[in-house]
This record gives sequence, C-alpha cells and structure tokens, in this order.
Amino acid sequence: MSPARKSLQQHATILNTLREFFNAREVLEVSTPIISPYAVTDVFLESIAVPHYGYLQTSPEYAMKKLLADGSGDIFQLCKCFRADECGRLHKPEFTMLEWYRVGFDHHQLMDEMDGLLQTVLHCGVAQRLTYQQVFQHMLSLDPLVATADDLNATCKQQQIDLVGVENDKDDLLNVLFSHCIEPQLQQPTFIYDYPASQAALAKLNPDDSRVAQRFEVFVKGIELANGFHELTDAKEQLQRFEQDNQLRKQKSLPQRDIDSDFLAALEKGLPNCAGVALGVDRLIMLASNKTSII
Amino acid sequence: MANYSTNQFKQGLKIMLDGQPCNIVENEFVKPGKGQAFSRVKIRNLLNGRVIEKTFKSGESVEAADVMELDMQYLYSDGEHWHFMNETTFEQLAANEAAVADNINWLKEQNVYTVTLWNGEMISVTPPNFVELKIVETDPGVRGDTASGGTKPAKLETGAVVNVPLFMPQDEIIKVDTRSGEYVSRA
Repeated sequence: MSPARKSLQQHATILNTLREFFNAREVLEVSTPIISPYAVTDVFLESIAVPHYGYLQTSPEYAMKKLLADGSGDIFQLCKCFRADECGRLHKPEFTMLEWYRVGFDHHQLMDEMDGLLQTVLHCGVAQRLTYQQVFQHMLSLDPLVATADDLNATCKQQQIDLVGVENDKDDLLNVLFSHCIEPQLQQPTFIYDYPASQAALAKLNPDDSRVAQRFEVFVKGIELANGFHELTDAKEQLQRFEQDNQLRKQKSLPQRDIDSDFLAALEKGLPNCAGVALGVDRLIMLASNKTSII
Repeated sequence: MANYSTNQFKQGLKIMLDGQPCNIVENEFVKPGKGQAFSRVKIRNLLNGRVIEKTFKSGESVEAADVMELDMQYLYSDGEHWHFMNETTFEQLAANEAAVADNINWLKEQNVYTVTLWNGEMISVTPPNFVELKIVETDPGVRGDTASGGTKPAKLETGAVVNVPLFMPQDEIIKVDTRSGEYVSRA
C-alpha cells in the first residue's frame, strides 16, 4: 500500500470511529450551511468573507444551536471551518471540526463523554481534571483569579518571556503564561475547566462562583484539542456579550460585526439546557498518527 | 525600509530589533482557543550571533533589515581589514575584525565565502562547511602508524590549529569541517 493511501485510510478510519461513537449513543449527525450572512463578533476570530454571499463559518455553533432550539435533540457535525490569518504548525485557515451537543448535560458530563472519545481514538488513559485556577497555582504558584496585570507581567519576566506589543491586559497575559509555561506540560490527557469569566465566550457563568465560567478545554501531548461549554441559554446575556465584543472590536480598530438576529431569536425561543464542544479533527488525527504538524 | 507584520514572519526573514539586524530562525504561531494570537519567535542577532526568543502580539509590525547575502572571493588582508571581491562586478569590500571574527581561521586567498551585508557594510563572513588547507607545521609523521588512532596538533596555512592523525606529514593538504574545526580527511 502506498504511504499516501495508508495515510488516507488512517484518516477515514478515524472519521468512521467518530461516527460509530456517536451512532452508538444516538447522537444524530447533521449538516448545516457553511456560508452565513453574519460574521462572528468574537474579538479574536476573523471570518473569511465570501463577496455577495456572506461569510464562511468559523464554527457551526450558531447553526447547530438553531437546530437545538427547534427541538433536534442530541446532534453532532463533522465539517470544514475557516478562520482568516491562522497559519502555523497547528493552524490552517481551513480545518475540520467535530462539534457536538448533548441536551441535559452540563460541562462535567460532557467531559466524561469526551474522555471516552479520546480513549477510543487515541488509546490513551483516563484524563485528569484541573481547574484553571489549580493549574496556575500548581505550575506557576499564581492565582489567576486574583492576580493583577502587573503580577502577571512580573511572572512573565521571571519566566524569561520577552513580550513585544502585548499591553497590560490581564487575559492576554494569562494566555501568554498558559501557552508558554502550562500547555507544554500538559502531556497526559488533561481537562482544564472553570475558565475566568472574562474568557467565558459562550459558556454559562458558574452559579457558585461568578468569577469563573463553565467552560473547559482538553489538552493532549501539550496540544489544545477541544473547547467546550455548559452553554449559555439566556438571550439577554448573549446579546450583552455580543455588544461587549463589538465594543472591544472598536477599541482594537477591528471591524464591528452585525449581530446574528436569527441566533438570538433561537435563544429567545428557548435553547434547551445543554453542553457542547468543538474538537479540532486535524489535530486529533495528527496525534493519532504521531505527527508533529497538521499539514 | 518596508515593515513586516507578524503574519509575514517566517524562517530567514531579516528584521530590525532594538536597532540591530536580526534573522528569524524559527516562528511559531500560538493561538489560544478563545484569545489573543501571538508569534513566538527565535531570532539570531546578525552582529553578535546570539539567539534570543521573543513573543510578539499578532498584528505587530517590525522594520525590515536591509540585509543581503552574497558570495565573494577573499583577496588579502592588510592587517586591519580583510578584502573581498564580487566575482561578477569586481567590486571590492572590506571586512573589519568583528565581521571576520573566528572565521579568520578559515580565510584563504582566492577561496569564495558567503558574506552578509547590512546597509552595504560587511557584518559577517561564513566559510563553506568544508575547506581544504595545507599543513605548514607539525611534528614529523610516524610512518606506518595509521591504526593507533592517536592525534597531534597541526598548524594550517591560515593559522588555524587542528588535530590530525599521527601519520599526517607536513605540506599535506587536508579537508577540515569549519563548523567543528575538526580534521575530516586528506584532500
């Protein structure tokens, strides 16, 4: 068998394994439009425009939540997503995403399921779970929830991280420390959960501690594989977050984005209590085949 | 000079950093799932050769360095400068001691070297990986001793001293690896 055929077969086998995993759990495969009339408001994502038609999706999240609000029940999708300006060993402007939603689950139940999926595909052991706060305390002796931007800058210096153009922004500095000092150490499958509320994205805030959001990420061999939420269902709060995004976009001289009113209407109609997660399939296949780059 | 944005960063790009010309050795795009993207870069300072690491916020831009590399023939030294000639245009340029640095050990008249120019000034000279040089001074060769594995110092025509096998006689031309400064074989 040619190396090209062997690699294609490995790719196809993993996609089949993923489909079997969800079929066995009665999670339904769906397919939603790749072009949307709206770009995402997310400050750190740039949608790719398709002139006269709209924008290529950066993820199928809004389209899938519209299905959930219509009563789809548990769903998954394997699809192409597109993000401008993302190019590197672990990034391509076009990549494959596996996204799924479980009705009635919270983020911990979804982490259990994700753990099972990783064990099935990567033949790895049970993942460990740490909160965002714990992992910073263990590895950097720093409490990310109380540290100031000045504290974080001091830790960067201590870690000999030489920054250019990074302002005294707490989340930017947390991201620098996480990606430089923590991520490379997360070799065994690890869930990090309860991210700072300022990095909530589309997650519910923790009802017991509003400083953190019910968001998680998964790391294997020092690589971020997936991001999940106990999904925000409150339309009003969602609108506030979109408007906040646009304000930040304005501050950063980025284009402001029209808010997806169909998505907000779906939330108003009622998104069931659910948890959802998006996983980078190219990275999963990269890890399963012991490669060091997704290209 | 033009500017480069972080999304144009790639290996080999020459940029100005703190007023000094540098070469990007390695560039890694770092993008947290929900957060600011960065470029984590390893950069070699072309004046002193030191490699440093920097993390740029994505979208930052830096000035391009007017740096070019070209092959030039080494002509001679007047004791203060080392003179090179462009074999196509016959233009001559001189390097100072800092630019020649340790590579003075491998400079032989009429050989061709890669020189790096910054704003038209020579800032470094790189020899080929292997050069062939004559032994000008060494203890007499031990005839027949080709197996004992012992070595002795030998001074070469450029002034470099390398360890050669015991049997190697004076006036022999040998091949040397300029990266390690080690004897490779008879030429």
